Order: sequence, then C-alpha cells, then structure tokens
Amino acid sequence: MPEIHTHEADEHDSAYAGLLVNDAHWAFGTDFEDPLAGVDTTVPEGIDAHELATYCLRLGDDALILSQRLSEWCSRAPDLEEDIALANVALDLLGQARLLLARAAAADPSLVPALPEGSPVPPEDALAFFRDDREFRNACLVELPNGDFAETVGRILVFATYRLSLFQRLTSHPDAVLRAVAAKGVKELTYHRDFAGRWFLTLARGSDESRRRLEAGLARTWAYRHELGEDDEAELVLEQVLATSGIAAPDVRPISTGGRHTEHLSRLLAEMQVVARQHPMGVW
Amino acid sequence: MSDEVRGEWPLYEVFVRGKRGLNHVHVGSLHAPDDAMAVRHARDVYTRRNEGVSIWVVRSDAITASSPDEKDPLFAPSGDKVYRHPTFYEIPDNVPHM
Repeated sequence: MPEIHTHEADEHDSAYAGLLVNDAHWAFGTDFEDPLAGVDTTVPEGIDAHELATYCLRLGDDALILSQRLSEWCSRAPDLEEDIALANVALDLLGQARLLLARAAAADPSLVPALPEGSPVPPEDALAFFRDDREFRNACLVELPNGDFAETVGRILVFATYRLSLFQRLTSHPDAVLRAVAAKGVKELTYHRDFAGRWFLTLARGSDESRRRLEAGLARTWAYRHELGEDDEAELVLEQVLATSGIAAPDVRPISTGGRHTEHLSRLLAEMQVVARQHPMGVW
Repeated sequence: MSDEVRGEWPLYEVFVRGKRGLNHVHVGSLHAPDDAMAVRHARDVYTRRNEGVSIWVVRSDAITASSPDEKDPLFAPSGDKVYRHPTFYEIPDNVPHM
C-alpha cells in the first residue's frame, strides 16, 4: 500500500481535504484485472467441480442480470440521490457477478463458451457476454422489467433478503473461494436490504398513491420469489417487514417457470451483449 | 415530524469523518425524506469512493449562520490584534509540532 501523506497548503480550500489525500485510499485500482488473481482456485477434495461451477454460475447470473436491470435506472430515478443509490447497488451486484463467474470458470473451464483463437476476452466476460438466454441460470425474478420505483424497491427487498440469508450460510461453505465471496457479499447485501426495507416502509406509510404502487409492484414480483430457494429465515424477515409496514402478503400462487426464462431476458441480453459480441477480439 | 405532504424533500448538510481525520468535515448537501434516509443517501453520495468512517447529517434549516452583512462587526475587529497570535515567543528547539 502506498504511503499516505496529508495535504497542508490547501486544507481550507477543499471540503475533501483531510478526507482525500492521495491515491492510496481509492477502493479500486485503475485497471481491470482477474478478480481472482493470486487466489488458489483449486477445488477442495470431496467437492464435485462441475456442481460447484454451475452453482456459482447460478448465483453469478442472478447478480449479473439484476445489476443490468438496476443500471437501467441510471438518470431515470425519482431523485439524484436515489439514482446514485440504485447505481451503487447495481455495482455491488456486478462485483459479486464478476467473482462468481470467475469462480465458475476456474472450477470447470468446460462451461466457458469457446471464442476465436487468440481472443483476449477473459473467461468471466465470455460467460457474461457469449452465452444465450437458455444458458443463463438466473431466477426469473431478476429479469422482469423494473416497473416503477416502488416495484423496484419491493424486488430489491425480496432479492436482498433471500440472498443475504443464503450468503450468511455460504460463509461456512467448504470451498474457500465461495466462502470469501459470500463474506464480502454479506456486508453489501445487508445494506441493500436495509435500503430497500426503509423505502418499503416509507412508501407503505406515505400517501395512498405510494402505497397503491408498492402493493401493485409487490404483487407482480411476489410469485417469483420461490425460485430463489426455499428459505424460512428469509420468509420470516419479509413477514416482519410486511407486518411493520401494514402491507398484506400478495395473494398470488407461486409461478413455476420450470427452469425456462421469460421473454424479457433475451431482450435484456441483446442490449447487454451486442457490443462484446461484435468484437470477440476486442480489448477493453 | 408533521403529516403535511410536501412536494420537495428537505435539504440536509453532510459531514464526513475520514479514516485518518480527527473531525467531521462539511462535504456538501443533499435531499432526503427523513433523517435516517439522509444518512443512507450521504453514504451513497459522499462516501462511495472509500472516503469515510463516520457521517453526520443535519437539516439545513436547523443551522443558524452568520450573515454576510455582519461580516465587519463580527470579524474585522480581530484582524489587527496581532498580539493574540502566539508569535512573540521564542520557541525552544526541543518543542515539537509548532
């Protein structure tokens, strides 16, 4: 880590003096590199590499697709502050997706789509940009269109509650890489759940219109939550949020898509993948 | 809080303490529906590049500020009191940080 030294001359000119000193505090470097660089990705004995890889792929796809969906809010959120908040959630999920796709590719390279000889595209990008909709393993909940802000809040609440509960359990998974990814994600998801939970309560107790939109949005996503896995703990948390907000759980039957995706995924992927697919030899 | 419905969220001033900072520093302002969301917004808007370890927010209308009109009566009198600065002492060589 570079040495941190503080400014003195212009301390009173900038509000950030004393906060920003030099590049040593930046959260990220200036370049994209393998997110698992230097990490031992050997699959532990007793674990089926293919199963581990497909599991990581499923978790990575959930994060990648919801990240892409939430990014659609950029410049369209109700307020500048919410715009940035949603973009932050999307970026957190993109970070989770990168790690999980890279983990999947390292555990079972046969999952990675073949690219032209000499292509510089890393395995995580090959998985993200060169698979078709049928090869994606995400839950339908994350691919549905955003709807309005209230619907997005409800969906982030459901998704983050289920995923946080799962990631807490994964912090004791036998695979050290997945354990580390989960431990990092727990902090992010705790914030996502808190953010969405607060907005859920605010909209529920706001005006008649905000409450109506919240209930309508929740009814559209509620039926898809079982694809995130059976999880009593997550259900209990959701029950508490609903009870505190005075919102009844939507009376909808679980939708089972039988592993198939909705039509919305292929459109989302078309937009997300078009540039990468036109330049399989491209360097970014 | 009143139940009055307003079209605009109130304005908040944001103070952040950095990892190595000793005190909270004013970094800017933002809008939020309530105090708790103001802290979340401040986290998202002002600490997303790893700047902070602590946040204060305060409603802007809760701040009483000096007026530019009062500048002279408030601050001019201290401008010529050089003897209030400790510059008339010989500082011994073994006193650090002076």
